[in-house]
Amino acid sequence: MRRLVALAPLLWLGLFFLAPFAVLLKISLSEPAIAQPPYLPLAEWADGIATVTLNLGNYIFLGEDPLYLLSYLSSARIAAVSTLITLLIGYPMAYVIARARPGRQGVLLMLVILPFWTSFLLRVYAWIGILKGNGILNNLLLWLGLIDAPLVLIQTELAVHLGIVYTYLPFMILPLYASLSRLDGALLEAAADLGARPLTTFATVTLPLSRPGIVAGSMLVFIPAVGEYVIPALLGGPDTLMIGSVLWNEFFLNRDWPVASAVAIVMVVVLALPIAVLRRAQGGDA
Amino acid sequence: MIRLAATLGFAFLYAPILSLVVYSFNESRLVTVWGGFSTRWYGALLADEQILDAALISLQVAVASATIATVIGTLASLALARHGRFRGRFLLGGMVTAPLVMPEVVVGLSLLLLFVAMEQAVGWPAGRGFVTIVIAHATFGAAFAAVVIQARIGALDRATEEAAADLGAGPVRVFLDVTLPGLAPALVSAWLLAFTLSLDDVVIASFVTGPGASTLPMVIFSKVRLGVSPEVNALATLVIAVVSLATGLAAWQTMRTRR
Repeated sequence: MRRLVALAPLLWLGLFFLAPFAVLLKISLSEPAIAQPPYLPLAEWADGIATVTLNLGNYIFLGEDPLYLLSYLSSARIAAVSTLITLLIGYPMAYVIARARPGRQGVLLMLVILPFWTSFLLRVYAWIGILKGNGILNNLLLWLGLIDAPLVLIQTELAVHLGIVYTYLPFMILPLYASLSRLDGALLEAAADLGARPLTTFATVTLPLSRPGIVAGSMLVFIPAVGEYVIPALLGGPDTLMIGSVLWNEFFLNRDWPVASAVAIVMVVVLALPIAVLRRAQGGDA
Repeated sequence: MIRLAATLGFAFLYAPILSLVVYSFNESRLVTVWGGFSTRWYGALLADEQILDAALISLQVAVASATIATVIGTLASLALARHGRFRGRFLLGGMVTAPLVMPEVVVGLSLLLLFVAMEQAVGWPAGRGFVTIVIAHATFGAAFAAVVIQARIGALDRATEEAAADLGAGPVRVFLDVTLPGLAPALVSAWLLAFTLSLDDVVIASFVTGPGASTLPMVIFSKVRLGVSPEVNALATLVIAVVSLATGLAAWQTMRTRR
């Protein structure tokens, strides 16, 4: 009975979360073929002898075509810049919530989480209407006389940044709030009593003590943003290179399952480090 | 200064949502050009068979996957919080954390490859569609459910469980009569979170689905890739109305029980 409690989730997640990665690795080492499914089996039985052919061709292909390396770098850059912007917007919000009266904290937190409950897809879609050529923002700026002709906002990297920041802001605010609300107010008073100015107090007390929240929040934004597909597909342009879109196109357009798998495996390897950092920030072994 | 920044932050969160609602009542097809007040897009939405069919599939997938996710999330949380050190603890901890951040394209592709490999090896699942989407959603839903439930388990008073056990209740009885009622609010939140995530997913469903099983987000995604669509604005407004209503009711309920 007791065993079953741990066994059931271990089996389910083992089969449907962990095992898929083994299959992914296997397919990434197999040869593409025009077949159903479109790859050749790794192992073959002939005359009672099993031959396993590991084919590194897909990985070599990833290294040779600069598109892939550029896409990984560009994804990492877009995700990093977006994470930084999210942190800059999220920190003051989390700070104000953590310093609010206990009764209001709940309401403000609710306001942060509420958009998260409405559809992510629809919230990204909302930005198309705002950013497009004859969209809300351009009309507003024209009406205010700030610009003479509509700006090109949609299908740019800027729009992708906006979409990521907007979507992932709650993921940044919640861990920041968690560490800022645990901050002992007496420490701030002590710093002030000892003559520290507010900025000095912030830089030497608040900021260092909220570090776990900063690290956790940043990783929660950065890691999924690297592999983001929907946001660049809806808001990005043809020159917005992101590895999530590359993987999607390899699979759905080129039907090249082995190369798509290799792209995914490299992505997981690259993301292993930030995921390890996140697990540490969230407190060790759990 | 910092309050102003925070206020702007909240405005940033809500302005796009507000724009969806306002323009859903726009007469003009050109979404962002105001052509007068109209509810015609709600009529068009309710007459759109493709959207209605997809919505029905999505709701069924969401209910089924959220239920499985909550059961697995509860068991995983109980094991992690109550069983101390056991074999597989590190593995289980990792497997309930990693899906939270793993890029959707990776989860979707790897699950699809698993389903294809399983079908070749054991003949199940035969083809892809409803069942495979439910399994995929239940898996990442379980990770999110576990986060919610673990937070609540940490806050539960173990003394009550110990008292029940001292008074002669068996482990199953203790679980059903003490632990489960204590966890109930978290179970509801976890279920709702898994339900919402399932109803929202476009990437993973696109990978693991088969012919004939298009979920609502998949249909919306294919519509909005071609540009803005006033019907989608109407749909968004309905979603926002339902979510706000449900949140309002939940808040009211919490305040009432606290008094």
